Amino acid sequence: MADATALLVLWPVLIPIATAALTAALWKSPVAQRRVGLASLALLLVASLALVWAVIDEGVIAKQFGAWAAPFGISFVADPLSAAMIAISGILAFAVGIFALSDIKERHERAGFHPLFHGLLAGVNGAFLTGDIFNLYVWFEVMLITTLGLLVVQRGRAQIDGALKYAAMNLFGTILFLIAVALLYGATGTLNMADLARILPQMEMSPGLTASALLFLAAFGIKAGVFPLFFWLPASYHTAPIAIAALFAGLLTKVGVYAAFRVFTLMFEMEGGALREIVAVVAALTMITGVFGAAIQWNVRRILSFHIISQIGYMLMGLAIATPVAIAGAVFYIVHHIIVKANLFLLAGAIKHAAGTDDLRKAGGLLKSHPWLAVLFLIPALSLAGIPPLSGFWAKFLVIDASLRVEAWWLAAVALGVGALTLFSMSKIWMEAFWKKPVLVRATPRTVPVAFVVPIALLGAVTLTIGLFADPFVEYARTATAMLVDPTDYIAAVFPGEAPVRTVEYPAATQGAIE
Amino acid sequence: MPSLILTAVVRIFFVIMLVGSLWVLLRGHNEPGGGFIGGLVGAAGFSVLALALGVEAARRALVLHPVVLMGAGLAVAFASGVPGILTDGSFLTHQWGTLAGVKLGTTIVFDLGVYMVVVGGVLSFMFRLYAEDAV
Repeated sequence: MADATALLVLWPVLIPIATAALTAALWKSPVAQRRVGLASLALLLVASLALVWAVIDEGVIAKQFGAWAAPFGISFVADPLSAAMIAISGILAFAVGIFALSDIKERHERAGFHPLFHGLLAGVNGAFLTGDIFNLYVWFEVMLITTLGLLVVQRGRAQIDGALKYAAMNLFGTILFLIAVALLYGATGTLNMADLARILPQMEMSPGLTASALLFLAAFGIKAGVFPLFFWLPASYHTAPIAIAALFAGLLTKVGVYAAFRVFTLMFEMEGGALREIVAVVAALTMITGVFGAAIQWNVRRILSFHIISQIGYMLMGLAIATPVAIAGAVFYIVHHIIVKANLFLLAGAIKHAAGTDDLRKAGGLLKSHPWLAVLFLIPALSLAGIPPLSGFWAKFLVIDASLRVEAWWLAAVALGVGALTLFSMSKIWMEAFWKKPVLVRATPRTVPVAFVVPIALLGAVTLTIGLFADPFVEYARTATAMLVDPTDYIAAVFPGEAPVRTVEYPAATQGAIE
Repeated sequence: MPSLILTAVVRIFFVIMLVGSLWVLLRGHNEPGGGFIGGLVGAAGFSVLALALGVEAARRALVLHPVVLMGAGLAVAFASGVPGILTDGSFLTHQWGTLAGVKLGTTIVFDLGVYMVVVGGVLSFMFRLYAEDAV
């Protein structure tokens, strides 16, 4: 029996793949697919949390597929950042899986909802865990294909339209990604990320490598939905059924952000060239366009789609500043945002169900008819806007604090202004859907299914926990950042046989003596 | 429009293509070939059948629903990696043994899974494409 701890790295990918296979094989019986799917999501949640536990306990864990040694075989690596992403997506997938019990209809299941859903989870988790840049591209493709399938499980004109826009932009992005990988391989002769982390710092930034870095930035930018490459996102997200849209909103763009963090800390340095300025300007414009785009919308899901974009700006801001404090803030931000944004999409589904519409102008009166729904809405909404003591406050605080420390005043000002406008959008939903008198009076009040309330409450509880007990989470984000900034552990985990380049951080005073 | 010549020879074609696809699958063990292109040849065989005799006939010949075949294939490929977990290796560490002088490994199971996924995947949209054409 192999070492069970190291195998933990594989389960978050193997469980969804096996489930996708099983649910496809059970094509004839949607009920059986549903049962297998839910059991697998519970199992995935346990496996994900076990992985975080193991990473906290033992540091970076790496595993080679097929026992081919690095850098020739494909490595799977769980450092604190990837483990956190795995855990969060495990929690999210479980919550969305419960929500889907009521939201996903049998015709969606007949169109292949379950195999595609688990296939997407395999792609996302694979992208988080892989330690090989070409393998990352493969997981991106897995995500792309399953996402396209999920966008059209509800067959209609709007869905096909959204899927085509999504496909056009994202296929272009993956082509850029592939070219970037090719250039990188041409220059370095390796695709293993840990190997690249050893080789690249010693190399001159040749034109080929610079082009490769910029192409990576553009490819991940399209995935993450940054300015000016975001327009596929609000064009497609709101067309999918709620459960699917919530999963997309929580995870898809964040995979792009994660990949950018991985590549631009482990492989390329942010300091070199004009990269930093480019990312800073892009981050600011992303925040601003996203929040203004949201301000003019009246459809709840469209408002939320635009807010994904503006929030991506905050995460990129952390990458642009690139000090350890800023990266820690951004890591915290990603974790907070995945939960909050998915929860808001689930709430949009609940609002639509309760009000019978997701056009805010026609909704209203939910505070009276569904007071507990109003409370559950306030948690993620205020958290998104950054009101203390919720998780969004700490996330924004950490990022803005980092920008002030490097005296990037304008970036901090943009971030604060966008925060205020986010509050405006959230209060718009609150005023129109909950506060306002109902426009159309209904004879019988519409009830919201239990399967909607449970995941919303679950994710709300996670948000509250992160907000009220922020300290261990911030501490975790700091540890994750320390590993990102200094990849010694990451490299050592992938190449266990070889002597590490540098084992410990020596205090500055003794460093001279040792050397 | 069904062609008389195609309808007459299609069963022979179908058998030849299916046997050929299996030969390509097994040839992949040591030489160019394998599950992927074997699967494509196999799917082409079923497609020819669907072209000549209609989608329903091809569906009957396939027995399983294409998506079920795809899922089963993925499950088979997945299962081929599991022995690697149980021994000292990792997932997809392939195991080898000799049976009556022939070297056998779990790789052939993996390739069989790929073959099934490709046949199922190609046919699941091919059948629908042909069916819509007929309407």
